Amino acid sequence: MTDILTAIVVLANYVFIPAIAYGSQLALGALGVTLIYGILRFSNFAHGDTMAFGAMVTILVTWLFQSWGISLGPLPTALLAIPFGIAATAILLLVTDRLVYRFYRQQKAAPVILVIVSMGVMFVMNGLVRFIIGPNDQRFADGERFIISAKDFKIMTGLKEGLAFKTTQGITIVTAVIVVIVLFWFLNRTRTGKSMRAFSDNEDLALLSGINPDRVVMVTWIIVAALAATAGALYGLDKSFKPFIYLQLLLPIFAAAVVGGLGNPVGAIAGGFVIAFSEVLITYPLKKVLKYLLPEHLEPTTLVQLLSTDYKFAVSFSILIIVLLFRPTGLFKGKSV
Amino acid sequence: MMVEPFLIGENMTGGYGTGADILQNCTIAVNPGEIAVIVGPNGAGKSTAMKAVFGMLNIHKGAVRLGGEDITSMSPQDRVAKGMAFVPQTSNIFTSLSVEENLEMGAFLRRDDIQVTMDQIFDLFPILRDKRKQAAGELSGGQRQQVAVGRALMTQPKVLMLDEPTAGVSPIVMDELFDRIIEVARTGISILMVEQNARQALAIADKGYVLVQGSNRFTDTGAALLSNPDVRKSFLGG
Repeated sequence: MTDILTAIVVLANYVFIPAIAYGSQLALGALGVTLIYGILRFSNFAHGDTMAFGAMVTILVTWLFQSWGISLGPLPTALLAIPFGIAATAILLLVTDRLVYRFYRQQKAAPVILVIVSMGVMFVMNGLVRFIIGPNDQRFADGERFIISAKDFKIMTGLKEGLAFKTTQGITIVTAVIVVIVLFWFLNRTRTGKSMRAFSDNEDLALLSGINPDRVVMVTWIIVAALAATAGALYGLDKSFKPFIYLQLLLPIFAAAVVGGLGNPVGAIAGGFVIAFSEVLITYPLKKVLKYLLPEHLEPTTLVQLLSTDYKFAVSFSILIIVLLFRPTGLFKGKSV
Repeated sequence: MMVEPFLIGENMTGGYGTGADILQNCTIAVNPGEIAVIVGPNGAGKSTAMKAVFGMLNIHKGAVRLGGEDITSMSPQDRVAKGMAFVPQTSNIFTSLSVEENLEMGAFLRRDDIQVTMDQIFDLFPILRDKRKQAAGELSGGQRQQVAVGRALMTQPKVLMLDEPTAGVSPIVMDELFDRIIEVARTGISILMVEQNARQALAIADKGYVLVQGSNRFTDTGAALLSNPDVRKSFLGG
């Protein structure tokens, strides 16, 4: 009995908690991608670097606050800095739209052209971030490191294995829940939110109803900025901040958005967790769990790790391809890719 | 001097983009509380004529006037603000939004209380009241058309323009829909519609326009067109 409990604790410690935190970060990123796809009608490859930019501004403001001696006590100072990250990202996106995307929108450019344009924007943003903060790892987490540390857990329960719950994981999950609730309230209950859904559903009819397309586009970018900066800062806080990591994050984020159904916000969240759980579960060595579940003579001699962590992106790729082959509109009804 | 109709597209000549002219000196007009119907064979330019009145294509000759004001160069969006409402033939509802949200979006430009208008529309189409929380895309063809007309009426328009409102619905639903359209006209709204079901449409029309190749062939009251032997022979199947 204790063995089963211990196995569950091990699984929770190494798989469930990290996957929920990672899934929350992916879900926030995928929500941004899916909103842009639904409303502006293109796949935004610059989204990863938008997240990096938001995270970078958050880090710079965090350092400033730390130098002023401002802190949140047990919570990371970065939480105070995120609103500044969001504001700066919103400005960056609105300026980018004004200088780049608006031109192509007025030309009524095909979505594939906008995708290529967004790649150009991606390289520029990536360069901008590395130019300002440098290509290296940056740490900016402060405050209490654990909500529950593995050692405390062992003392509390008397089990052989510990369960660690990091503050950053807790914050990631709580923030993601709040952001998602606010976003859905906005989209489903407010006049502006409904007009965005209407615009996404049927652009011509939205124009006939007097919905102002410029306003819809502007509000969309601001919401995307909030989602991207929050997701980027939370990811940086939980893992560490490195500009190139965000470029790589683009793949699981797009996989999440496509798996859930592009243009469908509920799907983006579900997709985020599907991708996160598959990635973490498939790359985690299950030996430690099986040790407690199987009788001694059956104990595995290998690590029982299905795939090395170096290949974790292959997992998102595989899921992406399987979904595109068998269910092109995603798990939830999204637009066909 | 003859009094000018409330809405008139006069001697319109033009086509889509830089393509050939589809309309040739075409005139369409409607007065408050009247139903005007545009009929004609396939490819006669019926929908094009209505879209020209709504500003969805360029006309390089002729003019469109609403209540005496020249609106020829106005965009469709500005015409909506002037009191014109248009129900396209296809994609005329927000499928992923609920019936109620569809109506709310119709009233997007209004800043006053829209509940009264919404109740009026629910009185006109009672089935929509029962289904107001349901996604509009899940409704039947006839109910979707009711949502589409309802959305257009939410702007409290002076002119309601319908592009083949009965396309793809059963004859029973068609009669029902025409009855509702008559009810709308009785409230003083001008109705301009394009119809494939010429006989039934002309029966409720105050004014009928028979178009052929983008020009007016016959223009008369609905009843007169129905009893005109030439019209019957050529366009109504005898």
